[in-house]
Amino acid sequence: MGRKIKKGITAAFLLLPALLICFPVFLILTGSVMDSIELGQYLGPVFGGGEDFIRWKLIPDYPTFEHYGRLLFLTPSFFVLFWNSVKMVGCILAGQLLVGVPAAWAFAAYRVRGSQTLFALYVVLMLLPFQVTMLSSYLVLDRLMLLNTHSAIILPAVFSTFPIFLCYGGFRQVPVQLLEAARIDGAGELRIFLEIGLPLGKSGLLSTMVLGFLEYWNLMEQPLAFLEEKALWPLSLYLPEISWMQAGFALCASFITLIPAAFVFVLGQDYLEQGIIYSGLKE
Amino acid sequence: MGYRRRVRLLWRSKKALPFLLFLLPSFAGVTAFVLLPFLDVMKRSMQTAVTGEFTGIKNYDVIFHNQAFLLAVGNTLRFTFVCIPLLVLVGLLIAFPLSGFQNAGLIKSVYLFPLAMPTATIVLVWKMVFYRQGFFNLALTRLGEATGLWGPVTVDYLATGASFWVLVASYLWKNTGYTVVLWLAGILSIPKEYIEAAKVDGAGRWKCIRHIILPNLKGSFYTIVILSFLNSFKIYREAYLVAGSYPQEDIYLLQHLFNNWFVNMEFDKMAAAAVCVCAVLLVAIMILQRLWDQEA
Repeated sequence: MGRKIKKGITAAFLLLPALLICFPVFLILTGSVMDSIELGQYLGPVFGGGEDFIRWKLIPDYPTFEHYGRLLFLTPSFFVLFWNSVKMVGCILAGQLLVGVPAAWAFAAYRVRGSQTLFALYVVLMLLPFQVTMLSSYLVLDRLMLLNTHSAIILPAVFSTFPIFLCYGGFRQVPVQLLEAARIDGAGELRIFLEIGLPLGKSGLLSTMVLGFLEYWNLMEQPLAFLEEKALWPLSLYLPEISWMQAGFALCASFITLIPAAFVFVLGQDYLEQGIIYSGLKE
Repeated sequence: MGYRRRVRLLWRSKKALPFLLFLLPSFAGVTAFVLLPFLDVMKRSMQTAVTGEFTGIKNYDVIFHNQAFLLAVGNTLRFTFVCIPLLVLVGLLIAFPLSGFQNAGLIKSVYLFPLAMPTATIVLVWKMVFYRQGFFNLALTRLGEATGLWGPVTVDYLATGASFWVLVASYLWKNTGYTVVLWLAGILSIPKEYIEAAKVDGAGRWKCIRHIILPNLKGSFYTIVILSFLNSFKIYREAYLVAGSYPQEDIYLLQHLFNNWFVNMEFDKMAAAAVCVCAVLLVAIMILQRLWDQEA
């Protein structure tokens, strides 16, 4: 009995921060269905220089879908940016699959002289923050005349070394004996990769995709630096442009931005966790 | 012996070709997009920005006497040294009790969810919480009223030194989840027999934790430090979106400085600073790696 109570207390202790974590989601959800006047009353003092504290209601007095209607039917620019985001994320992930996965396989399946050193170099590159490589990316993109195009965001991301590190974690689970056996049976290296490596290292690939999606759906630094034209921006840069006067609209846009990420999160949570664990596997 | 050696060499050369072919697309891209341009940056760090004249270490000298650079370095270091130990500790404190649960799935998902929330979606929420009349002050004031210990709280968190702690809080909010997952994976991978054996020998709960669990978590520890560090640079997103290019000076980070230099086309300083940061990171990574290898 005492044990049970103790467990309950621990659970409560763990759930409390969890509730705190959910608080923003709750605000976004309720705010997005509140009508503008009510929101103005609650937020006015905070942003408009009054003296009262912020107020909020669990359930809005006049729930409305006006913001959703306006966003979905009367704001074409939202869709342009939404598709910009989709296009960039899609191209980046596809590119990473094509370029990064074979590279990860090379590191995991073949131990040749120098491969360790090269891998260490890749790990270091993975740890360099964007700001350190910003100037070098700019220089090369400028020379290739790619600035202010989506390729300026997509190409450097495709050659990021982080996905290679993650996939490597998945591929390392493939037993070497299996590869040797396949070679003795006369399978070519490409066939080994396609028919043994890919199916067995699948979880690494999926983790890469899930983590990659969440990362690139949230893309900010790169488009801010390399895309001047706002029509090319991803969704993640559009939201902060909306002023508090349109808080309901902003919260509703936030909610719609959140949906794809939440969807990927729910579907891919196992792979997400696996990916985090792979990213922690030491060499 | 000679024969086996020859076979092994042959085998090795046989492996080298597919290795190179699989790696080639990636390596070509990395060379073109990162390695070569970085060499160019190193060259530029010793030139003037516009004319490209060779100036030796003048740019380095300039940035180390630049107020903004020193401020940004100081703030970034402070942020790193406050956040990473805090995150590591918080993660461990949550992971420990969680490891005793049969179904930790739901709680784990809740902690992980902020990782999935795009930064832009929570900017408005952050403002609603941390502005002068926001939720945080509201809660503090109500608490003060209830306990009678203090009056109304009206700190403006984004305009004072408290902004630093706002950043720390949002960093913890976002990153605790994966730290918990990593700690949990570490804790669950410790063979149960070790703990059972210690218990049979009469070790108490704390003894178990100190002498068996913690020493076995050293690998996870280094991993978590490296990943937390990698993610600590991304706090710029929150800082920039909530407070803009020139925030309150306690949260003026290296990332702001690089961005502002970039906007003003001060490439000479940027190049010198990039080389410096890269060098510091390399040293830090090497030290961590060395520690890591000692444990293995």
